[in-house]
Amino acid sequence: MDGLDDIVEEFLVESHENLDQLDTDLVALEQEPNSRERLSSIFRTIHTIKGTSGFLAFNRLEEVTHVGENMLSRLRDGELALTPTRTSVLLQMVDTVRSLLTSIESTGGEGTVDVSAVVAAITGAMEDGAAAEAPAAEPAAKPAATRVRKTAAKSTAAKAPAAKAAPARKAAPAKKAAPARAAATKAPAAAPIADVEDVAPEVPVTGSPLAPAVETPLPEATVPQPRPAADDEEHPQQEARRGVADSTIRVDVDLLDELMLLVGELVLTRNQIVQYVGRTNDTDLLRASQRLNLIASELQEGVMKTRMQPIDHIWSKLPRVVRDLGLQLKKTIRLEMEGRDTELDKTLLEAVKDPLTHLVRNSVDHGIEASDVRKAKGKPAEGVLTLRARHESGQVVVEVADDGAGIDSAKIGAKAVERGLISADALNRMGPQDLLQLIFLPGFSTAAAVTNVSGRGVGMDVVKTNIESIGGTIEVESQPGEGTVMRLRIPLTLAIVPALTVECSGDRYAIPQISLQELVALDAEKAATAVEEVGGAPVYRLRGELLPLVRLTDVLDLPSDRHDGHLVIAVLRSEGRRFGLVVDRVLNTEEIVVKALGGQLKSIGLYSGATVLGDGAIALILDVQALSRRALRTETTERQESREAAAAALASSDRDRQRMLLAAIGGGRRVAIPLDTVTRLEQVRTEAVERVGNREVVQYRGAILPMVRLDRHLGAYGETDREVLEVIVYSDHGRSVAIVVEEILDIVDGETAVRSDIDDMGLLGSAVLGDKVTELLDVRAAILAADPAFYDVPLNALPTTDAVAAPLLEV
Amino acid sequence: MSATADLKAPATGGQLATFWLDGDLYGVEVEHVQEVLRSQKLTRVPLAPTAVAGLINLRGQVVTAIELRERLGRKPRPEGTDAVVIVVRLHGEAVSLLVDSIADVVDVDATDFETPPDTLDGKARELIRGAYKLSGQLLLALDVQKAVSA
Repeated sequence: MDGLDDIVEEFLVESHENLDQLDTDLVALEQEPNSRERLSSIFRTIHTIKGTSGFLAFNRLEEVTHVGENMLSRLRDGELALTPTRTSVLLQMVDTVRSLLTSIESTGGEGTVDVSAVVAAITGAMEDGAAAEAPAAEPAAKPAATRVRKTAAKSTAAKAPAAKAAPARKAAPAKKAAPARAAATKAPAAAPIADVEDVAPEVPVTGSPLAPAVETPLPEATVPQPRPAADDEEHPQQEARRGVADSTIRVDVDLLDELMLLVGELVLTRNQIVQYVGRTNDTDLLRASQRLNLIASELQEGVMKTRMQPIDHIWSKLPRVVRDLGLQLKKTIRLEMEGRDTELDKTLLEAVKDPLTHLVRNSVDHGIEASDVRKAKGKPAEGVLTLRARHESGQVVVEVADDGAGIDSAKIGAKAVERGLISADALNRMGPQDLLQLIFLPGFSTAAAVTNVSGRGVGMDVVKTNIESIGGTIEVESQPGEGTVMRLRIPLTLAIVPALTVECSGDRYAIPQISLQELVALDAEKAATAVEEVGGAPVYRLRGELLPLVRLTDVLDLPSDRHDGHLVIAVLRSEGRRFGLVVDRVLNTEEIVVKALGGQLKSIGLYSGATVLGDGAIALILDVQALSRRALRTETTERQESREAAAAALASSDRDRQRMLLAAIGGGRRVAIPLDTVTRLEQVRTEAVERVGNREVVQYRGAILPMVRLDRHLGAYGETDREVLEVIVYSDHGRSVAIVVEEILDIVDGETAVRSDIDDMGLLGSAVLGDKVTELLDVRAAILAADPAFYDVPLNALPTTDAVAAPLLEV
Repeated sequence: MSATADLKAPATGGQLATFWLDGDLYGVEVEHVQEVLRSQKLTRVPLAPTAVAGLINLRGQVVTAIELRERLGRKPRPEGTDAVVIVVRLHGEAVSLLVDSIADVVDVDATDFETPPDTLDGKARELIRGAYKLSGQLLLALDVQKAVSA
């Protein structure tokens, strides 16, 4: 068995089952010869065996199934009618196939099983039918004879069955004769033909003259030949070992799911009992419960194992992927695999297949450099892609590691800002590790060119979503110049997960252990000082790093029942960022069985399910991804709100209070623009910018809007290659201009500003707004830079330019 | 598809499991009803729609409980009175309805059926398929499908 490939073994198991089914099908078919459905099923089975045998280079097997398939396809298409003869040859074929399989199983090869007899018999049965069909009553003698002659003429191999067919027809003793002859190997070539010619006329004239004849060679094909090659030493071994087909059974996955569910229930009941028993002093009961505990655990493990498959099932396709892609990209890549027998749940295996393939393609395409580049960097020309899988604390860790160029986090950040995925400000706050996580943002791609391999900006976010949908996580580590490691953490199984139970406002909630990093408990004294606020958001300094805190009570909109000032923080990680979930109490870690929630509750999007705890109470399972997204979203909604507020302020155009719009223009400079000169805030895509003469314009609401880029106008160093431009639209007397800034920051009250008359071209001065020195924009000059004719008409009508500048000076 | 057919069936007669809710008699098709339970411990679900009273542990299964009073726009059940839980099974999923008390299974006749009276207010109107004129009592046929899609 050791010599047998997994694929061959699988093929054998499958084929043996198929053959048993075939036997039944064929016999049943005789009862209802017109069942197209049954014929199709038989055809498919034979076709499958043929296809696989061709693929595995079992030529004789292929040959015999090929003719069988031919016949079946004609039967199926109605070209041939099913006669007992044909059924017999088909059964004969099944037997031959079986003996071939036995030989393959025992020796790894087809051995000396002879298929020519069966092939000829089938071919014969096909042609015979064609001739005999029309004149049903006509004596079969002639057709039979011609058939035999024809076959004989075709190949010498075909003669064997003919020879056997002849004596067989005579009577019962022929049965003995057949094997005897077979043992004596092939019959002499020419003689049997004469035999047949002589005998043929004796055949009774029926619709199926050859039925008994063909049936007899059947044992001959199976019995003597299976393993002549197998020497005596091997025989006892084979007896002792169960056949491949006998040692496994196929089970419906649904049945396993059902079992898994029941075991889940058992585990819950076990938890319940163990909990109750813990409160009593009954030693017998205690012992029984311990035994129950043990058995339930083992049963759970056992049932889980039935669904486990080695990761090699999905890895086995990757060498080909890497090879083809390597060739295409002209890279030399060696694929190494570690831990290919690591097992995980079948459904999970299916779920990680595509993401894993994507990661591998990505590594080959972007990660590993071309050979000459590698040599230039002093690396070996051959790139190494390593797949690693291992079990680690109840999870399966799968890594895709390459020794390629690595990911330049600075580049990633710049790209993300350019794509408008994050703000430049947010970028400055991010560490290198956070920056790497940006590759998982939707619409992100760093590929310089879109190839047919990757670079369309879809992919990593999809990979992430897929992994997270099965409760897994993905992280990326990269050293520029040294390589990248993509690490997937996948739960062993979906149905039963280890979880932390916490209490919040009197209710219990479960948090999947996979997202939990650590627990922090602070007493009242410490909590009072350790939790600080950044812009109204609470943070905790966890070993020097700021950990944003999310109060579960706030998220759930419940009052906390913890009034002693103690603080319990569950440090969770999701989507590559950490946050602290403040709960009332931490209760326990236990294994929970995930139950789906009803449709009415799915839309809340905060719970990934519910579970029944040991005492029968229900706990909702928190969806950590959703929690973190919610926490993140508040950040963006705040931004949104400030923008809406700006718009609202514009609408009211309250001239009494001088309000300023703060905008960054690049190079760390900030300018203040009087809010009442602003009509709208817009975003314009760079590609929408057109040129008229040496001016930039953009089409806006059916008009041509002249643009001025404040960074150029004021001589700041702004980023030039942004995709989305932040634009402030200023309108007056039916004319509008667009003022391009880098980022809209805030709206402040002008009263608080401290003015200074340090100014420059295009500025009216500077002031301290929001603790920072801010330049006051000379709006008129800026507008004139965009549209020199802007004030032409109003200049005559309006008193002075002070109409615009005045409010600023009153500050 | 078949569920829709099932729901229409009682209009031509059939059996309704009936229950009381705020003084009115309602009925649901008997084939949807899985079981009826005395008051159960409810686990609340923060942020859930108001009609969701909570979750019930039904022999290890987690089942959503819909407060039918809320769903029909009636006033809350008086303090101190326990709800009765009717577990219905729709598309293989169990959902439970909280009602005041359970009544008989009634054979209804299509000839007694009438579409909802015009006086029925908006919220309830969507959920009531119509009324059967029983002797001395109106039986309101609940559209259980709509009632549970809180």
